[in-house]
Amino acid sequence: MTYRTYHQVTGEDRSQLGAQVKAQRDRVTERLQTVGRVVAVMSGKGGVGKSYLTSWLARAVASTSRVGVLDADLRSPTVARLLGARGPLRVGESGIEPSIAADGIAVFSTDLLLDEGRPLQWRSSAGDPAVWRGLLEIGALREFLSDVAWGSLDLLLVDLPPGTDGVTDLYDLVPSLAGIIAVTIPSDEARRSVARSLRAARDADVPILGVIENMSGYRCPGCASVQPLFDGAAGQALADEFGVPLLGRLPFCPHGDGPGQEALASTVQAVLGRAS
Amino acid sequence: MKFLCIDCDEQMTYEDRQEPGDGTFTASYVCPACGHRMAMLANPMETQLVGSLGVKVGGRTLDQQPMELVRQTLEGRDDAFVDDPSGRPTWASTSEERLARVPGFVRGMVKKIYSEWASERGIQVITPEVMDQARVDLGLEEM
Repeated sequence: MTYRTYHQVTGEDRSQLGAQVKAQRDRVTERLQTVGRVVAVMSGKGGVGKSYLTSWLARAVASTSRVGVLDADLRSPTVARLLGARGPLRVGESGIEPSIAADGIAVFSTDLLLDEGRPLQWRSSAGDPAVWRGLLEIGALREFLSDVAWGSLDLLLVDLPPGTDGVTDLYDLVPSLAGIIAVTIPSDEARRSVARSLRAARDADVPILGVIENMSGYRCPGCASVQPLFDGAAGQALADEFGVPLLGRLPFCPHGDGPGQEALASTVQAVLGRAS
Repeated sequence: MKFLCIDCDEQMTYEDRQEPGDGTFTASYVCPACGHRMAMLANPMETQLVGSLGVKVGGRTLDQQPMELVRQTLEGRDDAFVDDPSGRPTWASTSEERLARVPGFVRGMVKKIYSEWASERGIQVITPEVMDQARVDLGLEEM
């Protein structure tokens, strides 16, 4: 006995799961209509100061523009704390209102949702949370984009987690992404790791705006001279390999005063020039 | 997903959805020709798979709530969100007590769902009876 197939039965599919998924994507697009540019900060390698750099970029841009920061590093969120963002988050008519941090920067991060010191964990009525983790994390990123009432912003910086997946996941959700900025430190190990992520981005046709080399030397707090900190010149090497500009080389400054105002200012100008 | 009554060669009509709170999911269908009724019983893995996508089998009965997936699935702090109470129906104390049994992280969203359901029907006070009616209507048996 044969039966009619799904497509032969022409009545309505009430669930319309495909339409529901499309509606989720449309919510992202609709929400970001009031955001001028979305720029992601990424690195294949952890510990290169990506979140610090994101927060310093946000602060520098906030002096002249409306800026938001989405912390997409769900498992190891740090940007909210760096910018002084606090909860609780208000549920308004148009969505979840972001925390307004230092310099008026709109911030959203899992750091605002988790109990102090608690790791990221998901409920699963079916057990096996590892099976669902990927789906839930992509779903969370989608909701951070679509359900936070970002309002009118000139620039939304997205601080991506280390690795290659975050870039392509974000680009899938935000095809209008202005591009990514890759952060590296000078070492050859960092170059190799960041290059892998940049190849993944290039293969997915994600625009690469440029490279920033962080901890590019050590600035002496006494005489302000910059001395080598790591061997290598990964920033320039990556810029050459991928045919993109080296947007800046930022020295490590040991007293928490940021990567040096002059170097930061020129880097911000380079970033904005590429993102426009 | 569609269901076909083999005897009648008719597409069955979606009737009802229930989530009994044990991680499973039930959807019932009826044949418009012969009246035969059947229920699809999804196991916890199937239910979780659909839930992890943030979609609803049988279609949505109410608009997607802000950060619905995150608030339902993330093990987060109880005071992460605060509701904007403007223009909402009031809650009877007995209803507030029942609401207090909902995990704190999703309580605000559950409250908003009930409030919107009541507002749409012009209900001024949310009593336990109103909650029961809304649960059946919205398929929120576990809430």
